[in-house]
Amino acid sequence: MIPFLVRRVLIAVPTIILISIFVFALQKLLPGDPLLVLAGEERDPEVLEFLREKYRLNDPIPVQYLAWVGNALQGDLGISLRSNQPVTELMAEKLPVTIQLAVMSILFALMIGIPAGILSAVKKGTITDYVANIVALSGLSIPNFWLGIMLILLVSVKWQLLPASGYVPLSEDFWQSIRTMLMPAFVLGTGLAATLMRHTRSSMLGVLSADYVRTARAKGLSERTVILKHSFRNALTPIVTITALLFGELIAGAVLTEQIFTIPGFGKLVVDAVFNRDYAVVQGIVLVTAVGFIFMNLIADMMYFVLNPRLREQ
Amino acid sequence: MTDATSTDAGIDPVLAAKPENRVWKKLRAHRSAMLGGALVVFFLLVALAAPLLPIPDPAATDWGAVRKPPSAAHWLGTDEIGRDILSRMIWGAQASLLAGVISVAIAVLLGVPLGLVAGFFGGWTDAVISRCTEALLAAPFLILAIALAAFLGPSLTNAMIAIGISATPIFIRLTRGQVINIKSEDYVESARAIGLPTPRILSRYILPNVLPPILVQATLTIATAIIAEAALSFLGLGQQPPAPSWGSMLNTAKNFLNQAPWMALWPGISIFLVVLGFNLLGDGLRDALDPREH
Repeated sequence: MIPFLVRRVLIAVPTIILISIFVFALQKLLPGDPLLVLAGEERDPEVLEFLREKYRLNDPIPVQYLAWVGNALQGDLGISLRSNQPVTELMAEKLPVTIQLAVMSILFALMIGIPAGILSAVKKGTITDYVANIVALSGLSIPNFWLGIMLILLVSVKWQLLPASGYVPLSEDFWQSIRTMLMPAFVLGTGLAATLMRHTRSSMLGVLSADYVRTARAKGLSERTVILKHSFRNALTPIVTITALLFGELIAGAVLTEQIFTIPGFGKLVVDAVFNRDYAVVQGIVLVTAVGFIFMNLIADMMYFVLNPRLREQ
Repeated sequence: MTDATSTDAGIDPVLAAKPENRVWKKLRAHRSAMLGGALVVFFLLVALAAPLLPIPDPAATDWGAVRKPPSAAHWLGTDEIGRDILSRMIWGAQASLLAGVISVAIAVLLGVPLGLVAGFFGGWTDAVISRCTEALLAAPFLILAIALAAFLGPSLTNAMIAIGISATPIFIRLTRGQVINIKSEDYVESARAIGLPTPRILSRYILPNVLPPILVQATLTIATAIIAEAALSFLGLGQQPPAPSWGSMLNTAKNFLNQAPWMALWPGISIFLVVLGFNLLGDGLRDALDPREH
């Protein structure tokens, strides 16, 4: 297991280097001289020169890149032009908000997606299976930002059950915090639940036709034991992997969800940064989410080993 | 190749039926695929007919009819500056479908050749292309598209480019995998043995055989791309006002939920239906093209 993991980590290194090159190259896509904005109306040549030195824009591009990566490795992703705060600090501030949203969404997704997937696999070809599939495909096709708007309209505007927007930190008021996050987490969770349901279904279908499941049935075990103990446990490996890989979808979904429900998280940060032309923040977020995704991939691989004893022995 | 098929025809008419016909027949029998196809065709027709339909100018404001609920004059009501929502929906269909199709075309045109080259030649070429693909895949699709749209500047064209580039790695990876499976097949080996030049092997023997899964993926990616365009426009990074787009209509609608809830209804339903259509069609195509299920 250890040599495999070491190899896996080593493969991740060039990928991370490439990502950092892409992210660095983004700023070179910008039309015009970004410093003209900073230098103000007068565009004093001396000020411009000073800024060029300060941001190392006079150096050759590879040197600029190395300086940028060097700083990034030390946790310095630059300064936000807007708030004058270090980008890392800004991100650290918003992270707990998005993590709460993400955890609650994943819980929703697991609670809906897995039972639905098992049910539709067990009842394959019946009306239950058909309905579950249609619902899942609809879940994948509904733009979650629209679902959010419709829920606000119903639950907050019409029935006045839950707050339409905002954020209360967990430490401040636990229940209020959960309550405020309920609707956004549901909106974000449904899309993930659809993906999860489809994977659970196909994984369960593969297992249900296995010999040992037939044996379990033949020796008279209850259907419940056959499905939950013998089948689901074996179908679990790909499901766990998929859950780890949903990270990307989760972050992207969080951008829109946070926008609709005005939640001050990671996603809101990146959208605000885009509109304020706060490019250091945009770059920082792309870099951090990409590295986070690679990390989740690694975890998914490790889970494979933990869950599958046959791989461990090799 | 053609000779071989015509000889078969004498022996077994079922096997000899053109593969296109076989796929078409299976697709015709696939109810949900047909429903998806009908949805797609409907929206395509609406988008194409937009300039011909007797509807008001989608950008024409009417201060006498601001935020009016659906009525005989305005079937779907009017928006916050008195524009006809039905007309904006119909013109918005154009933006959505155009964005879906063009960005996927960009992704296919970039991704398939790179995947062919990576899979066929292997070695260093493959290593470089594959590492770049992995790096691009690591950034979540929408985040990458948002970043690209932000740096390129907000416009529908740039949104399409951003979505196209973000979707490219999917096609590189898919094509590469297919090519690796196919290149050791006997017919490719024999094409090589009789000394056909590489470009001809690639275009005549490999490309046609990797196309079916790419067609399926392209159909499903159009669905993703339409949602992505709507999302970018919703965030203000896609279609710019006053040009209509379903995403930006939702963005405005969100501010008038109390006063004019109908503004939020139709754009969302349309995005949902057209995306559902492409998803159903893609799933159906996958079943119809699956050679294991004859």
